[in-house]
Amino acid sequence: MSKEYWRWPEYRRTLPDKDWKAAKIVTGGVDIGSVSSKAVIITDGELYAYSIMRTGSSSPDSAQKAMDWALEGTGMKLDNIQYTVGTGYGRVNVPFANRAITEIACHARGANYIWGPTVRTVLDMGGQDCKAIHCDERGKVTAFLMNDKCAAGTGRGMEVFADLLSVPIEEVGPMSLSVEKEPEPVSSTCVVFAKSEAVGLLRKGWPKDMVLAAFCSAMASRISELLEKIKVEKDFVITGGIAKNIGVVKRLEEIIGFKALPMKEQFDPMIAGGIGAALFAKALYEREHQAA
Amino acid sequence: MITAGIDMGAKNVKVVILKDDKILSRSLTPGRFDQKAAAEKAFNEALQKAGLSHDDIEHVVATGAGKDVAPYANGEISMMGADALGGAFLFPSARTVIDVGAEEGRAVKCDEKGRMVDFVINERCAAGAGTFVEAMSRALEVKLEEIGPLSLKAERAVPMNAQCTIFAESEVVSLIHAKTPKADISRAIHDAIADRIASMTRRLGIQRDVVLVGGVAKNSGFIEALKRALGVDLLVPDEPEFVGALGAALSPTRRIGECEK
Repeated sequence: MSKEYWRWPEYRRTLPDKDWKAAKIVTGGVDIGSVSSKAVIITDGELYAYSIMRTGSSSPDSAQKAMDWALEGTGMKLDNIQYTVGTGYGRVNVPFANRAITEIACHARGANYIWGPTVRTVLDMGGQDCKAIHCDERGKVTAFLMNDKCAAGTGRGMEVFADLLSVPIEEVGPMSLSVEKEPEPVSSTCVVFAKSEAVGLLRKGWPKDMVLAAFCSAMASRISELLEKIKVEKDFVITGGIAKNIGVVKRLEEIIGFKALPMKEQFDPMIAGGIGAALFAKALYEREHQAA
Repeated sequence: MITAGIDMGAKNVKVVILKDDKILSRSLTPGRFDQKAAAEKAFNEALQKAGLSHDDIEHVVATGAGKDVAPYANGEISMMGADALGGAFLFPSARTVIDVGAEEGRAVKCDEKGRMVDFVINERCAAGAGTFVEAMSRALEVKLEEIGPLSLKAERAVPMNAQCTIFAESEVVSLIHAKTPKADISRAIHDAIADRIASMTRRLGIQRDVVLVGGVAKNSGFIEALKRALGVDLLVPDEPEFVGALGAALSPTRRIGECEK
């Protein structure tokens, strides 16, 4: 089989120097996106372990696999997790979840946790949609806008281009920034048209980095429309897989004239929704047990 | 008077040669990669079929997305203007002409003389153009010519949730995995594009008679789906993909569009 350039790395991680057995409350957040599934485990409100993998054809299976992988090597069993919240596109299909909460609420909550209470605008650039969210100092959603109808401005569009140009998806961003002069963007309204434009440009002899620059710039311009509508307020952060694509992020910052807070080493931006879900799980668990 | 119309479409270049409102010849050449060369080939083929030389042609009028690079042309007309002229020439009762091409969908309102009155266009999204059906035929692994007839054999109307071509590709794959019959998927595909074209046309207002032209009008599944979506009957000419070129060739005698000579 030929190399699948769109295939981004799947991985799991346990944060160092943490003993889950000493924790009072262990909760989970499972974010089943249309493209990726994320399972997050937090102990007493602090990130403990997580996994990020491709969503399969069945949401319940994907949820189970992601959680099994997050638990791997920790000695923890699913039963040790006291409360789990499902989120994302497949949130109602997480078999072991106690509750389902929308990914919009979870991303805002997760971003508030990762970057702190100064966050007011969260841009979640996901696999098949893009959301711009306003939140308050507690990470509560105050407004949001979303594009989930069209692949332009989503991770799927980026996957299509990685495949078209045979460039591993993690290299797309850096490669797109290696151009000397920024080219005109390709279509920002339709990935299919952008793709046929790109084929034409390659035939004209454009190098790959130029074509990728033209696509990253189209993507940034598409996403900026959403942010212009909702109006960006400081602090601004980016979550979701495309947050890791510097070619899109840099161009987006240029267009909107705002810089996003930098990513934090221990928090992959893809798990913001899962973290939010696990934090909601902790709050819900505590509420239920106080009431009891 | 002998005139020629060259329609520089996104996928194919079409040429029609006309003498006193009678079609002498037609020719089509794929032009996705080199439109200009394709136009030269189509034009010369059309001349040959008509037994004419270039000098016999009084006006060469270009239309279509690539009309600026059309060879031989000494005049041009907008795609909407050409649709209106060509549609009303073939069907004098036409008041709305819908043209669905490879990368665009348009609806044009016209008067009894074939003059364009108003129009709407989608050129920004592949889901409302022939590209959508092509992508779906690849996803479904059914030949493009067969996907329309296949949809007519559907037993059920399966809904398609995705609007975007890219998302619809994945949805088609999921439907195949769920063992949905290919005929039913094929109908869902045609209903999806027909819904897009119908809602675009409704913005213009649907005035009868409605004529359907463009390459996608060769697809019987799409014709049926659009009839259902619009709730009106459709007049579809033979060789619907030549209507733009026909309209361009008609324009000098109708004094519509711009001609140098």
